Amino acid sequence: MSKSYPYFLARDRAWQPAQYTPRYKTSITRSPKQALVSIQRATPSERSGPVFSGLEIGPHDNDLLMNFRTDGVRPSLPIGERIVMHGRVIDQFGKPVPNTLVEMWQANAGGRYRHKKDGYLAPLDPNFGGVGRCITDTEGRYTFRTVRPGPYPWPNDINTWRPAHIHVSVMGPSISTRLITQMYFEGDPLIPLCPIVQVLKDPDAVETMIARLDMARSKSMDYLAYRFDIVVRGALQTYFEE
Amino acid sequence: MYSQYKLQDDTGVLRETASQTAGPYVHIGLALEVAGFASRDDEIWENLAKEGAEGQHIELIGAVYDGNGDLVRDALIEIWQADSQGEYIAEFDNKKPFSGFGRSACATDGHYHFYTIKPGRVDFDHQKMAPHINVAVFARGINIHLQTRAYFDDEQEANSECPILSRIISPERQNTLIAVKEDTEEKPRYRFDIYLQGNNETVFFDF
Repeated sequence: MSKSYPYFLARDRAWQPAQYTPRYKTSITRSPKQALVSIQRATPSERSGPVFSGLEIGPHDNDLLMNFRTDGVRPSLPIGERIVMHGRVIDQFGKPVPNTLVEMWQANAGGRYRHKKDGYLAPLDPNFGGVGRCITDTEGRYTFRTVRPGPYPWPNDINTWRPAHIHVSVMGPSISTRLITQMYFEGDPLIPLCPIVQVLKDPDAVETMIARLDMARSKSMDYLAYRFDIVVRGALQTYFEE
Repeated sequence: MYSQYKLQDDTGVLRETASQTAGPYVHIGLALEVAGFASRDDEIWENLAKEGAEGQHIELIGAVYDGNGDLVRDALIEIWQADSQGEYIAEFDNKKPFSGFGRSACATDGHYHFYTIKPGRVDFDHQKMAPHINVAVFARGINIHLQTRAYFDDEQEANSECPILSRIISPERQNTLIAVKEDTEEKPRYRFDIYLQGNNETVFFDF
């Protein structure tokens, strides 16, 4: 007997970015020319997905201030603005998405990534790696502690800079809800200039990626907080089966 | 949510968070070893099937090409598949012989590699789909991940009956989804190259 899996609200491809967005140059040769083939009625293959409650999450996996400290007599902390990034994963009907995997990665406070391919002259921070993961709780909540990443230049136009951002990956209840995005910071003047942000046609779609300063969750004399809620496709109740 | 923006429709249904490219440094977050990090205690990676996993053990290998025919070396691939009985096992657990989900990157030799088992046929609509592996492609330059399926060239009969594969009218387009068995002395290896654009462009799905 096959298990029963939910159906999901269709992904709005006009809201989501197109593949071919020539201002973001790399998309020119990496976007399909043919139309996507629509699976009108999703099969169990699309409606199912992995659950990561069996994945062993380490005690500092969501704490980037602690998970890459240099060994030594007196381990130190990364340099930069101490922040907490937190929010909820919910679906389009506002229902929490519990026990789902949220992963993130980012540059350090100077905009430098700890990756062998990143040759930007801003230095690495010996106490900062830039990777985190956690599982949402029963209410869909997640939290990371980190430093605010710096903006950095990249070779698109002659003088193009990425706004400060944190890459965010979420699975949700099925591979239909799988999503990778980038979180930006409220008020960053680089946001409207960025060719990667501007792959989105609708300014409201850009707003879904902007974290808000959250003074209520900031900690006095310690860190500022940013709130970033993630909305994944809504799971439909199945009222009728043929 | 933020009430000053139109992030929901008239009935209160929220808009999905917008997608962005995974970028060139996706490995830091999702493929730590490739970026040069030490592994954490438990990682999601290429070995879906360990010794003792039921079914035929196979390797799935492939490269990703852009519209110029150049290798996409910064692609990250995710797969999701049924077990040898055609059942999806949701629970991911590296301590178990088989998990249905894995990740690989094209960074080192330009190819992704998965060590897994050949999936069984999955029920759909009182029919059976041909054995297939769900594949998602993430990379710099890809604004929202591309979703495809790898079928197997030694499953011709099942492929000809598959309700999803048969939805693709052009036989040439269908062929872009068929992984080709390669001669090896070790366990069977199937090659599934992905062409993002142009000649032989792989079929990508919306679902």
